[in-house]
Amino acid sequence: MQYMFLIYGDETAQSTPEQEQQMGAAHGAYWQMLHDHGVVRGGERLHASGTATVLRRPAEADERLVTDGPFTETKEQLGGYYVVECADLDKALEYARQLPLATGGAVEVRPVNPSMSVDEPG
Amino acid sequence: MVTKQGQLADPGAIGAALDSAHRTDWGRLLALLTRQLGTLDLAEEALQEAFMVAVTAWQRKGVPDNPAAWLLTAARRRAFDRLRRDRVLRSKLPLLVEPDRQPGPEEAEEMSTIPDLRLRLLFTCCHPALALDSRVALTLRCVAGLSTAEISRAFLVGEATMAARITRAKKKIAAAGIPYREPSDAELPDRLAGVLAVLYLVFNEGYAASAGDVAIRHDLCEEAIRLSRVLVALAPDEPEALGLLALMLLQHARRDARIDAAGRLVLLPDQDRSRWDHAAVGEAVALLGRPAPQAGLGPYRLQAAIAVRHCTAERPEDTDWAAIATLYAGLEAATGSPIVRLNRAVAVAEATGPAAGLSMVEGLTGELAGYHLLHSTRAELLRRLGRAAEAVAAYRRALELATSPADRELIVRRLAELGAG
Repeated sequence: MQYMFLIYGDETAQSTPEQEQQMGAAHGAYWQMLHDHGVVRGGERLHASGTATVLRRPAEADERLVTDGPFTETKEQLGGYYVVECADLDKALEYARQLPLATGGAVEVRPVNPSMSVDEPG
Repeated sequence: MVTKQGQLADPGAIGAALDSAHRTDWGRLLALLTRQLGTLDLAEEALQEAFMVAVTAWQRKGVPDNPAAWLLTAARRRAFDRLRRDRVLRSKLPLLVEPDRQPGPEEAEEMSTIPDLRLRLLFTCCHPALALDSRVALTLRCVAGLSTAEISRAFLVGEATMAARITRAKKKIAAAGIPYREPSDAELPDRLAGVLAVLYLVFNEGYAASAGDVAIRHDLCEEAIRLSRVLVALAPDEPEALGLLALMLLQHARRDARIDAAGRLVLLPDQDRSRWDHAAVGEAVALLGRPAPQAGLGPYRLQAAIAVRHCTAERPEDTDWAAIATLYAGLEAATGSPIVRLNRAVAVAEATGPAAGLSMVEGLTGELAGYHLLHSTRAELLRRLGRAAEAVAAYRRALELATSPADRELIVRRLAELGAG
């Protein structure tokens, strides 16, 4: 099964360049560990939610309304994700527990729904 | 399938056989079917149908020699029929994850040789990734075999709400890949603690509340005890599982003496000890006599040890309060709970006098300010010290905070005794 680890945190929290660098190194080591175990299927860090653009479909008509900003204006914002492949939720939680988190941060573990996946062309 | 062909179909006997099979075999059959079919949902549906078809089949042919084996075969046949019909859908079904699954058909007639997989089911139902109320509901539904209607009545929740809660939980088990297996040795202490917490919650739901249907609440206590027996039978070396079973037996042993003829709560010193279930007390004492680990006792074992001191005292004045105070000190160290400290203060007051108890209670008035028992305990100790005016004030504060009618009635009685009704 595949699981997505969605990493949430408070974007308004100030961090020093040293802290930034430490967090970056911690994620580098984490990625390496997942890679060595052969379980990582993807993962990226995202820019701050202020850089987001949302397209909404307000009515039945097939229109898109383009607005600035993230989907929800909450303090806790999605900051990055990983996709890992493992046997069951217990294994996934074991990996999620090792993910580096800033104080007050959280990681949401969501199973990927295989019946919705699109076959790759070719 | 062997049946007693000559036996007349007696609806009463069939009902009794089905009830008995439901009580003793539901969890075991469901655990087994879940392993064979890969999904809890399909297994439960098939087993439910098997119980339904048994009514008419047994009327025609008589009650089979081995009702559980009959039900297993019927459920399995139904499930495989459905899987064949839904073959296309089947490939899309999110399967329950079972890493150490062993393929190969199991013969229904060999029920006695089939491993008991209820422990696996129990760990799945009590998984920490499920909400606590869902864990309780699922455990009662899947392992104990209670109907959704029974569970909703016991928890004073609408049946539709309870059904939705159970469905949501089963969906999460399948979609999120909550494993159907026993935890590894490294995981066991944490996971076992979670299972014990669910069982104790079920028990307390039946024990603590004096509102609601008394019969159903007694059933809840008995279900919790029954499930703990299963746990102890399957994991006999777990001291905390033994401790929890003993604790429940001891608390449940006092059920008839706790409530008087008028439905009022009777406190421990005032209970008629001849009405305690002394067979259950004896069983608990024997359980606690099994060897304990060297590395200190766990919270359930300590609570059971305290309950034993109460239950084996012939008269209230024979209670070994000094030993109880020491056990509470151990329990406080293990849990860090202020409520345990409050109980320890009561034991200290009994062992060495109300002044020593009161000074411990005064240290908790900040942390437990909103807890009615803090105030009624303080009131009682003040009364014993002859500080009646302060006692009345503390009882009044307790009365403001108490919600259960039985608790409130007791405080009102105490106020009346102090001439301040």
